[in-house]
Amino acid sequence: MNGVTRWLTRLGASVTGGIARLGFATRFFIAIVRLSGATFARPQLLLREIYQAGVLSLIIILMSGLFIGMVLALQGYETLVRFGATESMGMLVALSLVRELGPVVAALLFASRAGSAMTAEIGLMKTTEQLAAMEVMAVDPIARVVAPRFWGGVISLPLLAALFSTLGIYGGYLVGVRLIGIDAGAYWGQMSAAVDWKYDILNGVIKSVVFAVAVSLIAVFEGYDATPTAEGVSAATTRTVVTSALAILALDFVLTVIMFRGGAG
Amino acid sequence: MTLDSESSLTASAPAATCETLVELKNVSFGYTKARQILSGINLIVPRGKLVAVMGGSGCGKTTILRLLCGQIKATSGEVLVSGQSVAAMTHEQMYAHRRKLGMLFQFGALFTDQTVFENIAFPMREHTELPEDIIHDLVLMKLNAVGLRGAAKLKPSELSGGMARRVALARTIALDPQMALYDEPFAGLDPISLSVVGQLIRRLNDALGMTSILVTHDIAESLKIVDYVYFISEGKVVAHGDVAAIKASRDPFVRQFVDGQPDGPVGFHYPAKALAEDFA
Repeated sequence: MNGVTRWLTRLGASVTGGIARLGFATRFFIAIVRLSGATFARPQLLLREIYQAGVLSLIIILMSGLFIGMVLALQGYETLVRFGATESMGMLVALSLVRELGPVVAALLFASRAGSAMTAEIGLMKTTEQLAAMEVMAVDPIARVVAPRFWGGVISLPLLAALFSTLGIYGGYLVGVRLIGIDAGAYWGQMSAAVDWKYDILNGVIKSVVFAVAVSLIAVFEGYDATPTAEGVSAATTRTVVTSALAILALDFVLTVIMFRGGAG
Repeated sequence: MTLDSESSLTASAPAATCETLVELKNVSFGYTKARQILSGINLIVPRGKLVAVMGGSGCGKTTILRLLCGQIKATSGEVLVSGQSVAAMTHEQMYAHRRKLGMLFQFGALFTDQTVFENIAFPMREHTELPEDIIHDLVLMKLNAVGLRGAAKLKPSELSGGMARRVALARTIALDPQMALYDEPFAGLDPISLSVVGQLIRRLNDALGMTSILVTHDIAESLKIVDYVYFISEGKVVAHGDVAAIKASRDPFVRQFVDGQPDGPVGFHYPAKALAEDFA
């Protein structure tokens, strides 16, 4: 009986702890939005974070996009050639990237590269009392440290996802047209005929914006909420990557159901 | 503010006057219910004075500074600054209060992504509308006061411990605060840096007309520069007095602290079972 009681107590504590954390994260998000004025009033703060989160993630995003587009073309060719539909290669590569792989893989890479860096930086600022020093100087760390990083991430990720898809399409072109020998006109023509601006591209952009908000919020929250020790920051950084990945995949499923369940619009 | 009897060292609470800037009235605080850090502390800091709060590690010295900054709230009692209760301040009042104080953190808490210059300029840029050329001159003046004008372009990671503490000191006084709080400013400093930092704290207090509270366990350096000393043990003020009274005191706690004796009212060991039980 004692064992059952202890188990129930632990379960209860875990559930109430989780709810409390969710509540804290929600209040934290509201505080970020409420205190975002300074971020936009001082563009140099925002530009610095766009550089840190966006520009410094360019290499991994561009290279990954290029290789994923190339692999997509190779794998796609293997299937399409069986049906004599190799001229649809451009459509296959573009739709896969714009609708799914672009927003999802870019967000996963962004969470690993920039999200973890944001968490570690804010967590270490907390550990070394830099956030406390700011508070004592009557400067709100949410306004000065958290909000610029959050918006830097929100602005950067959709742009990175767009670049990821662009490089992926070019990678598909290199393999499909230049290496395998598919007609370039068919590659680009099928693509431009099949990809719809609103249904495919806009929905892809909406996805990447939603992922950007989720990943950036998780990253700054985990940093701000980190236990101020070396292992606390390490655990928070790991949580950022794991939670972001799960959030991206779960949100992707929900958004795909909402956006694409009715077929081509 | 001299102490002329041993009983007044431990029993009496100091009296507040119109010259009082900071007053702690019967303040208690605990991070958990089980462990009280402060238990009914009474403490007064007159305007313009440099007051040291001393005691062993974990006795609640830093907690007093955090109460004064409004980072934490007392569980009972009142923390008053200029007669205003810190706990009762609204968000706006709290930020106005914090703009009037400067705090030197134990490990400096310099912003590691900014240069020394930017660290000192930070509070000026955040709280004033001063043009950049004026900020430039003010920052260099502050850095000159701590002897580090030549280090303006360095990053905190390029500074030694003593230099970082001096930069943090310059940032503490960047806006010429009404009150300066120093948390262990001497910890980890070499003898030269220690003496320089100590003299700077005294000179800045007098030159800027500040009121300063110094939390430290460095008794020798503190007694050279402070006006008044409070000793804290187990969350209570156990002795207080001016430097002459402290030096002349025969109170066992004060003597143990001043002379650095291993035996006395302050135990070296954290409470534990009997040695024989642990090694059985």
